[in-house]
Amino acid sequence: MLRFLLGRLGLLIPTFIGVTLVSFAFIRLLPGDPAELLAGERGITPERRAEVLSQLGFDKPYWQQYLDYIFGIFQGDLGISFVSKKPVLDEFMTLFPATAELAICAIIIAVSIGIPAGIFAAVKRGSIADQAIMGTALVGYSMPIFWWGLLLIIFFSGILGWTPVSGRISLMFFFPQVTGFMLIDSLLSGEKGAFLSAVRHLILPSIVLATIPLAVIARQTRSAMLEVLGEDYVRTARAKGLPPRAVIGLHALRNALIPVVTTIGLQVGVLLAGAILTETIFSWPGIGKWLVDSISRRDYLVVQGGLLLIAGIIMLVNLVVDVLYGLINPRIRHN
Amino acid sequence: MNFQKTLKATLLGASLAVIAATGASAKTLVYCSEGSPEGFDTALYTAGTTFDASSKPLYNRLVEFKRGTTEVLPGLAESWEVSEDGLEYTFNLRKGVKFHTTSFFTPTRDFNADDVVFSFERQLKKDHPWHEYTPGTAWEYFNGMSMPDLIKEIVKVDDHTVKFVLNRPEAPMIANLAMDFASVVSAEYAAQLEAAGTKEQLNQQPVGTGPFAFVGYQKDAVIRYGAHADYWNGKEKIDNLIFAITPDAAVRLQKLKAGECHVMPYPAPADIADIREDSNLTLMEQQGLNVGYLAYNTKVAPFDKKEVRKALNHAINKQAILDAVFQGSGQAAKNPIPPTMWSYNDAIEDDGYNPELAKEMLAAAGVSDLSMKIWAMPVQRPYNPNARRMAEVIQADFANVGVNVEIVSYEWGEYLSRSKDENRDGAVLLGWTGDNGDPDNFLAVLLGCDGVGGSNRAQWCNDDFEALIQKAKTVTDKAERTKLYEEAQVVFKEEAPWATIAHSVVFMPMSSKVTGYVMDPLGGHWFDGVDIAN
Repeated sequence: MLRFLLGRLGLLIPTFIGVTLVSFAFIRLLPGDPAELLAGERGITPERRAEVLSQLGFDKPYWQQYLDYIFGIFQGDLGISFVSKKPVLDEFMTLFPATAELAICAIIIAVSIGIPAGIFAAVKRGSIADQAIMGTALVGYSMPIFWWGLLLIIFFSGILGWTPVSGRISLMFFFPQVTGFMLIDSLLSGEKGAFLSAVRHLILPSIVLATIPLAVIARQTRSAMLEVLGEDYVRTARAKGLPPRAVIGLHALRNALIPVVTTIGLQVGVLLAGAILTETIFSWPGIGKWLVDSISRRDYLVVQGGLLLIAGIIMLVNLVVDVLYGLINPRIRHN
Repeated sequence: MNFQKTLKATLLGASLAVIAATGASAKTLVYCSEGSPEGFDTALYTAGTTFDASSKPLYNRLVEFKRGTTEVLPGLAESWEVSEDGLEYTFNLRKGVKFHTTSFFTPTRDFNADDVVFSFERQLKKDHPWHEYTPGTAWEYFNGMSMPDLIKEIVKVDDHTVKFVLNRPEAPMIANLAMDFASVVSAEYAAQLEAAGTKEQLNQQPVGTGPFAFVGYQKDAVIRYGAHADYWNGKEKIDNLIFAITPDAAVRLQKLKAGECHVMPYPAPADIADIREDSNLTLMEQQGLNVGYLAYNTKVAPFDKKEVRKALNHAINKQAILDAVFQGSGQAAKNPIPPTMWSYNDAIEDDGYNPELAKEMLAAAGVSDLSMKIWAMPVQRPYNPNARRMAEVIQADFANVGVNVEIVSYEWGEYLSRSKDENRDGAVLLGWTGDNGDPDNFLAVLLGCDGVGGSNRAQWCNDDFEALIQKAKTVTDKAERTKLYEEAQVVFKEEAPWATIAHSVVFMPMSSKVTGYVMDPLGGHWFDGVDIAN
């Protein structure tokens, strides 16, 4: 197991180097620079532009800027945002809990509905219920997030008035940010009604963000279950006279979960990408919107630092999934 | 981590301040703003969203625009005198003006000349200890308005008198000083931050003299302000002002309808009719102080001939553009300055839509089989909500008179930079939003000879026009300046370096409970003087 873990960790090194190179090059490959965009229609003289770029250190040769970036990473310093003038890491740490809270809620919804729905569809293969579930999943998978979010807002917040339109908590509540997770902070604040307000604000964005992963997980669970249900050991279990619940729960599901766990791990990347749109619609102060704004302003250090941190999180989640995978399936570990 | 401690301290102090103001009768106004401020030290930035959240609620300037106009009134300066030669501006400062007392700063003195000198010298002097106080401190607006060339020195005459000495006479100087970058910050607070080694806090925890004091900012989510109890112009009627940052226009409208906010900017044009019908909402509208135009390159044949430019102007159906692109929120432009600006020459007749005349004029100028490029901006701007669509309408209009158009576009930064090139191939769609309500800010910046190869996208340098606008810069008498600008507009129309397209109309929906809101022709959002019914 240790060798397996070390091997997986070793693989992270080239991935890390690749990520730093791509995140560094990506933003610099885009035409336009921060000085030009800051000046807008008003314009900037070439001398003034050179002055601003040199203040920011963007006049140095690329290799030197890259080395500065790498040395910074090892010292925990990702630089300072050209726009907000705050350290990139501080900004990320302020905004990331909002994205994480939303993503966690979304993945909980996706898993807790997607897996049972997939199992049910597999067991009732070919039935109307199966077709309905898979049809709904296909619709969910193809849903344009922006339109879907707006539709839910108009219906549930506008017409029915059940949920708030946007934001993380009612503006009435104002307490110190301790963990950055609104559900936890609202409880810590001790203010009456704060937790409920935070929950109500989470409902629509979580549903919107969960939609695509839910559809993927349901479809993946169904096909994995179908494959497993046809295996000899399941037939044997049935022949032994085990009740269907035990056959499915104990024998089939455990084996079918292996590819599903991988799918869930991969969905983390999808969640973070979907967060950009979801955060914009629901005015959710997370890292998705922050990164997009920074790209359009050519805030180089935020983009390269933010991408690196997000990539780091995805790499970490995938490492955990790999290890879990190894635990569930000894064949992987021993190969 | 340091940021967490700071944040906690701010929020804790802030919550106390808010609790203090949340008595039974406390009034809170929520503004669904369209974006996040970049920071709170106004002079570092150029974006209207940042100004709305910083300079307008938090700070004052020596002079201020009268609410809803571009007329300049006394602000932190009670009065001022201009020397005969127009080179010295002496400001007599208001006494007894208090800076905000917040959880992070308690002022020990009133506003005085040191604050004015500090606020400007940090932008002007390259060796000033605050000139580069955070990375990439560009002072872009100050530089963009050519202040470093214009201001020779700023002298503190006594505690309540400050003198600005200029290198050359500049009639728009007073209007310039009402602009956001000229906001006055506290020198005492800055000294305190410098001593503590936390200069960057000036941009994160601001202190000003304005109608509202800073309470707290949760990045990309909420900004809170409390009314400044000792405001020199009287305490505001609302106790708390909250900016709920809501980037999507449709969501802003839903929040307004649901009562989650009281005022919202920038509604989607498609929603205007719906807002008008809602009896709980009020829709204010105002002509924006802007112009959208198509700039020919007057240095490149055949656009160096004014007959060709005129002919093409006659080929453009502006009404079709207003319908297709502005969807009713625009007005056809005939002059390079908007109708709400003083010196607008209404006697000028526009080059009317007349494709037949256009064809004749092109033939007379010896132009046939003309192919040209039209540049369409990749972004939505107040003066042009959809440049691509606009370019397509013009493409069709030009095709009617036998001119073949290829539409080109670049990424925004690249677009701005490439369109300045004197040898540029093609006519460029662009526009301008006024900074200070002075015609010089349009005519000299966009059409003056100094702007060729820069902000003068038509690369047009006309001796008659230049003489008029240069003279208007040095004259202080407004009536005389008006005449000069009116004449300059006649020359412009004659020469047609641009096809003037449209001025946009700006809409502002709000709850009908809100009273006293006045729209700013310069596009800002102000909440002083605003009240809300409980």
